[in-house]
Formats: sequence, structure tokens, C-alpha cells
Amino acid sequence: MSDSTIRQFISFTIGDEEYGVDIMAIREIKGWTETTALPNAPAHMRGVINLRGTIVPILDLRARFGRGVTDASARHVIMVVAVGSRVAGILVDAVADILAVAAESIQPVPALEHAESGFLTGLVTVEGRMVALLDLTHIFAFDEMDAATEAAA
Amino acid sequence: MSDDQSYDLSRFKATYFEECAELLATAEETIARLQDGTGSADDLNALFRCVHSIKGGGGAFAFDDLVHFAHVFETSMDALRSGRAELTPHVADILVRGNDTLGDFVRAAQDGVTLPADHGSEVKAHLAAIISGEPAAPKAAAPVSAPPAAAAGFTTWTIRLAPAPGMLRTGNDPLLMIRELSGLGEMKVAADLSRLPALAEMDALNAYLAWTFTLVTDKGRNSIEEVFEFVAGDSADVTIEQIGKTVEAEDGDGWGLFAPLPPAPETAPAPPAAAPVAAAQPHPAAAKGGGDAGAAGIHTSSIRVDLDRVDRLVNMVGELVITQAMLGQQASGFSIESHPELVQGLQELSHHTRELQESVMAIRAQPVKALFSRAPRLVRDLSAKLGKQAKLVMSGETTEVDKTVIEQLSDPLTHLIRNSLDHGIEMPEERIANGKPAEGTIHLAAEHRSGRVIIQVSDDGKGIDRKRVLEKAVEKGLVERGAQLTDEQIDQMIFAPGFSTAAQVSDVSGRGVGMDVVRRNIQDVGGRVVVQSTPGQGSRFILSLPLTLAVMDGMLVAVGNQRYVLPLTNIVESLRPTPQQARTLVNVGDVLTLRGDYIRLIRLYDLFGIRNAITETTRGLVVVVETEGGDRIGLLVDELLGQQQVVIKSLDSNYRPVEGISAATILGDGRVALILDVGALRIMGERLNRAQGEAAIGAQAAE
Repeated sequence: MSDSTIRQFISFTIGDEEYGVDIMAIREIKGWTETTALPNAPAHMRGVINLRGTIVPILDLRARFGRGVTDASARHVIMVVAVGSRVAGILVDAVADILAVAAESIQPVPALEHAESGFLTGLVTVEGRMVALLDLTHIFAFDEMDAATEAAA
Repeated sequence: MSDDQSYDLSRFKATYFEECAELLATAEETIARLQDGTGSADDLNALFRCVHSIKGGGGAFAFDDLVHFAHVFETSMDALRSGRAELTPHVADILVRGNDTLGDFVRAAQDGVTLPADHGSEVKAHLAAIISGEPAAPKAAAPVSAPPAAAAGFTTWTIRLAPAPGMLRTGNDPLLMIRELSGLGEMKVAADLSRLPALAEMDALNAYLAWTFTLVTDKGRNSIEEVFEFVAGDSADVTIEQIGKTVEAEDGDGWGLFAPLPPAPETAPAPPAAAPVAAAQPHPAAAKGGGDAGAAGIHTSSIRVDLDRVDRLVNMVGELVITQAMLGQQASGFSIESHPELVQGLQELSHHTRELQESVMAIRAQPVKALFSRAPRLVRDLSAKLGKQAKLVMSGETTEVDKTVIEQLSDPLTHLIRNSLDHGIEMPEERIANGKPAEGTIHLAAEHRSGRVIIQVSDDGKGIDRKRVLEKAVEKGLVERGAQLTDEQIDQMIFAPGFSTAAQVSDVSGRGVGMDVVRRNIQDVGGRVVVQSTPGQGSRFILSLPLTLAVMDGMLVAVGNQRYVLPLTNIVESLRPTPQQARTLVNVGDVLTLRGDYIRLIRLYDLFGIRNAITETTRGLVVVVETEGGDRIGLLVDELLGQQQVVIKSLDSNYRPVEGISAATILGDGRVALILDVGALRIMGERLNRAQGEAAIGAQAAE
């Protein structure tokens, strides 16, 4: 009997790539709705939506990874996640799967492979597919994000 | 003691300390009134009650030091109340210190630490001096003194009222008599239940109870007999007896409020069931001359409600307002002719929602008095420490503000007052040399103005030393040497982080952490700080705060495909400018001439980078808005979409603050709209203008 912990992730796709988010962080999954743009926000900040009375910011993950802004349509998906005390949404192409992964099978992220490597906590291989696990805290560090944007400008 | 019990006790303790904080604040406020001579006998009574309540609770938790001190404090006040000692300024000072020391004891008890045995002994000695200062009361050490009205002419009566069984049928109500009797003086009641039959045998129309009253009054026997005029003899058995000639010192605190009912001298052991009658009887204190207002203070019918519950209520009302707006929008296509009831119903709904919302917000509102009450102390202590003379004038203390705002305002206000005293008010010699009175004035004012609360701290000191501020700013690298700044810009420098002009860091101010903290705290609750200063005449800090944090009236405007909400309170007028009105001035940017005034024009699409918006000034609409500082700016928008009540939703709870935006709201169609922050827009507009101006100059230079 193995005492290894099984962790569950929900995976989704952006283009050809598959990413995973810890299932415990996910609050709900909903279809794309038009956002209200925030003035002078970085391109990956798609604006805010009304989620049953709460103002929730929506992040375009593709743009966050520096691959251009998603041309969002009704088929796109917003994954609403809780990060610390905050609730935020990530815009992705489609939801793929629910994964159950043994904790020890999560591989560390090889350094500097991708622009997004800093946003990942690990990699897992599921049925031959590589799934990159997201570090939500880092992705939703809005204040840092701002500083980075200003530095780039 | 089991864990359960200790848990419960800790909860009671928490409540007790909460109450203590309130009581200490009230006490302080009251002492301040006594100190400046505007206090009355009621204030002394109120003060006495505060201390007494703290003592009572402390006793329950066995905080012996606290109780012991509170007792001495209380006794000294009793001496003042009864006129055995006189309330001189010196005595008032001692009361202030007494209250401080009491606060020390409360805090020590709260933190579970033991203060040194001699803590407050000096103050205690002073207080004891007040008590013993009265020759007529040499035995002042005895636990609390005689009732306040132990003067000549008072007599104690024992009255027994035993109604005949049929008394109620003759239209006589014993309660009315008891009430009237209690109006004659201080009274205690004991009920005699011995005639009470078993429940099954009871006739609801019969009178079974009898009462024994102990009444201390300066009225004669006639007055008492008069009360029972209609019942004595026929309908009831009434005996009136006088006890002794003079009043003996009662035990208890002479207030009757906290004293247990004394055993009735005549009746057999008074059963606890006497309570209902005692409760129905008007309070003895209420009848006592001079105690009326004070007693009313204790009887205010209020309840303590957990703030979370109120917030839930506020949120629900917020949702209701949104739903109502949504319904209104859905029904906007129906005319009153085709659907009279629907349209009318919706209008009523709108009225009710608004009223409901106002009532709910009123729950959270508190007078700023709680905030201001600390100021007199601060000014007094600080001016003494700094060797300056200053008096504090306050106005508008009853202005109500949301509780959160009050909490957030406490630190900034303290900082501002310190700042005024430390940097503003000059030393007395200097003031006299400048032809000013030696005593400086600090004015603390609160008022409601156009849907916001304005709190001002002004002084008649030397004003902001702009030369020094600028030097310091250059020194700290905040501005470049040789930069040309307007007076207003220099004044704003004092809010920069880490800025302080005080040559020496004192323990009062000068560490440069104050002003930026002030600004941040105010901004956190959606407010703004403006400073106005005239050299040699003083400075004025104006804090502008939202009245409520939840709902406001807004004007929906469109810019390109975006919609924004402008707070209605900011809007002065809107107009479509003629070509003559819209001008572009070199180095200034776009301006609008309006009845001879020039106002700066801010192109919202430019500021926010919005595409597809109307860019031509004469084709769009200009909304003239006024910032809290009184500046007017014109905002260029595409069109006005209509007026609407909006629920303020925080943007930074899930995201972060956005410049130019104060919050977000949800419109009737469920979409989010951003609420514009007019003051911030003005600053952004100026920055953009400067940047564009510099770019233009750069382009010219390149040519």
C-alpha cells in the first residue's frame, strides 16, 4: 500500500498546450462573457465581469504567456479560481480533463524553457500528454504585474 | 473550572472590555465638558455612571486593582455630585488623570498583566484629597457616601397598599398610583404575594397583590395621601407611616440603579416574584430632579449587533437595488397607459428600495463625536509638551459617518492635529511678535456637503513654509533642483512618503511617516486630502470622505463602447461646446471657456485609451465636474445615458486599485461599469498634458 498522496487537477488547453490547475482552487467554470475593460491595464488583463454581485477580474492566460491576445468567443471558457482571499477568472480555450496525479510523479519545471516557466509549479505526463501545472499565486500577483508592465513600458 | 466555563467567561470578558472602551471614551468626553465649564450636574452623573459600570464589571471578573481604583474614583465623584467638594479646574485635571489611570487598569486587565502596586497611587491620593477635602464628611473612607439629597426636609415613609379584591373593577389601577408615588421622590417597592391564590382559583379581575413602598421625599403626608385619594378606605387598605426624622445613609450607591431591592420592613420575606412590579414601575432615578437627562442616557433603547450582520444586510440591500434597476430597465418599454399597475408598482418599489437603503446605511452611521472626543486631550497634552498655547474649537460633532470611515479616520486625524500643533502653531513669543494672540486656535470641523462628509483641521499658525518644503524635497530627490512648482504642488509635497521638514525628530512628529499615512488611510476609504495654506495665517487640511460606502447616485456616461458612472455629486452641468468655447492653449492644453471662466478639458478617451470615441470637442458632450478641492474640470464624453442609483462594489478586493477609478458597480443589464474618480482624473489629465506638452517641445526641438 502506497501512502503517496493523490492530487487532482483540472486541465485545460491554450492552443496545443495543456495546463492544469489544482481542483481545490477552482470555484466554477463558465462560458465567456463580455468583460468591462479597465483603463490603462496590461493587454492580458481582459477587464472585469459581474459574478453574482462580485467584481471579478479576468486574465487572458495566452496573453499573459506573451502569445497574443485571445480572440474570445462564446466557445471560450472562464475558469473562476480562488487565490488566497481573491477570486479571479482565467480565460482559456477549452477545459480538457480531470487528472488524478500522485504527488511524487510531479516533475520539477526545467529552467528557462518557456517564457511562462515562472508561472509553473511542475509538470506531469498523463497518457503521453505533458500537462504544465500553474502557480496561481504568481499568475495573479497583480501588484507585481503592474510593476513589470511599467518597467517594460 | 471546566474549559467550557472559561471559554464563556472569556466571551463575557471581551464584551466587558468593549464596553469599557466605550465608557472610557464617554467619560473622557464628559470630563472635557466639565473642564471647560460647559458641563452640568448631568455630566457628573454620567461620569459617575461610567466609572461605576467599569467598576461593576471589573468586580465580576475579580480585577481587584481596577475595582479598588475605580471605587476611589467613584467616591471622589460622589463627593462632587453631592456638593461636598467643589469642581475646580484643578479637580477637573485630577479627574482627567483619574480616567487615564482607570484606562491603564482596564488595559492591564485586558492584557492580563499586573501593574506595579503603586500604579496610580499619586492620582489616587489626589482623588482621596477630593473626598476628604470636605470637612462635613470626615468618614469618607466608608464605602460610597450618602444619597445626594441628604439635605434637610427629606423624610422616609413606609407606605403599604393592599387593594381590596374588587379594586380593579372600580377602575382604579394600582400601577398608576405606584407611578405617581414614585414621582414624589426616591422609592423602593416590595410586593407582597401572600394573598395570591393558586392559578386555578385566580380571577383575572381581582386584585391579589399588595405592596410596601419605602419613599424618601421632601413632600408631606398630604401629597402621599393624595395619591390614594380615590381608593383609601373603600377599595384598598392604605397605611402611611413616617420612619424617623432624617434620612439615614443608604447602602448601595445612592442611585437606586444598581442596588438590590431592600427587604420590606413589614412584609414577610419579599419573594423574587416582586420583580415584574418593580420593572413596571418608572425608574426612581427618572423622578429625581436633575437626574432626568442623565437617566435617559442609560435608558436609550439600543441593541448591540454584530457588524457582520449589518454588513450582510447592507449587501442584500445592495443586491436589491441592482435587481430593482434591472426590473426598471426591463420595464422601460412599457408605457403607463398599457401597464399602469406595473409601472406604478415599479415606481413604488424604487421609493421603497431607496428608503430601505437609507435606513440600513443609517445603522452603520455614527456621529464623528466619537472621533473628536480624543482631540481635546491631544491638544492639551501636546501643547503642554511643546510649550505652546493652543485651544481647540470643534464644530459639527453630530455629523454622522459610516462606521468604517470613522475607524479609518482616527489615526489620520491624530496625525493632522499633531502636525498643526507641532508645525503650524508658533511659540507664544513668536505669535505675539507677529501680532497674533499668544494662544493659537485649532479648529476641528465636520459637515455634510453634497453627499460627502468634509472634515477640516485648520490652525492659525504660520502656514506651510514652502521654501523649506521645496529645499527638503530637492534634498530628498523628490523634485529636481530648479524645478518650477506651483504653491499648490509644493503644498502637496508634504504628503510624499518619508517627507518631513522638522529640523529635529521629536517624539511628537517629524519622523516623516505621518502625512503619507494620513493620505493613504483617507484614500483607503475613498476619500481625499487637500491642503490649503496661507503663509503667516495658517493651514487648513480638508478631508473629503464618502458618506456611505455602499450606494450613491450616479450619471451613466458613454465613451466609445465603454460606459462609466460619474458621481452625481461631482457634476455641475453638461453642455455641447461651441467652437468658440473649446480652445487649445500652448503649454496648458485643452480649455473650455464657460461664462468667462477657463476650465481644463480632459478627454476621457485619451486618458483611458478608448477607441471609437468621439474625439471632436464640438461633437461630444462636456460634463463639468467639481472636485473636492473646488477645482472644476470638463470631461469630454460621447453622451449621457441617464441617471441611476448604483451600488458601489470594490475593485481592489479581487484586483487592485485602478487610477482614475474609485470603484465598480453593476448595471441593470448585469454588466460591470466603472465609477470615475474625478479628483484622480484631474491629476491624470494634468500629467498627460505635461507629457504631451513636453513631447511637443521635444518635437519642435528636433525640427
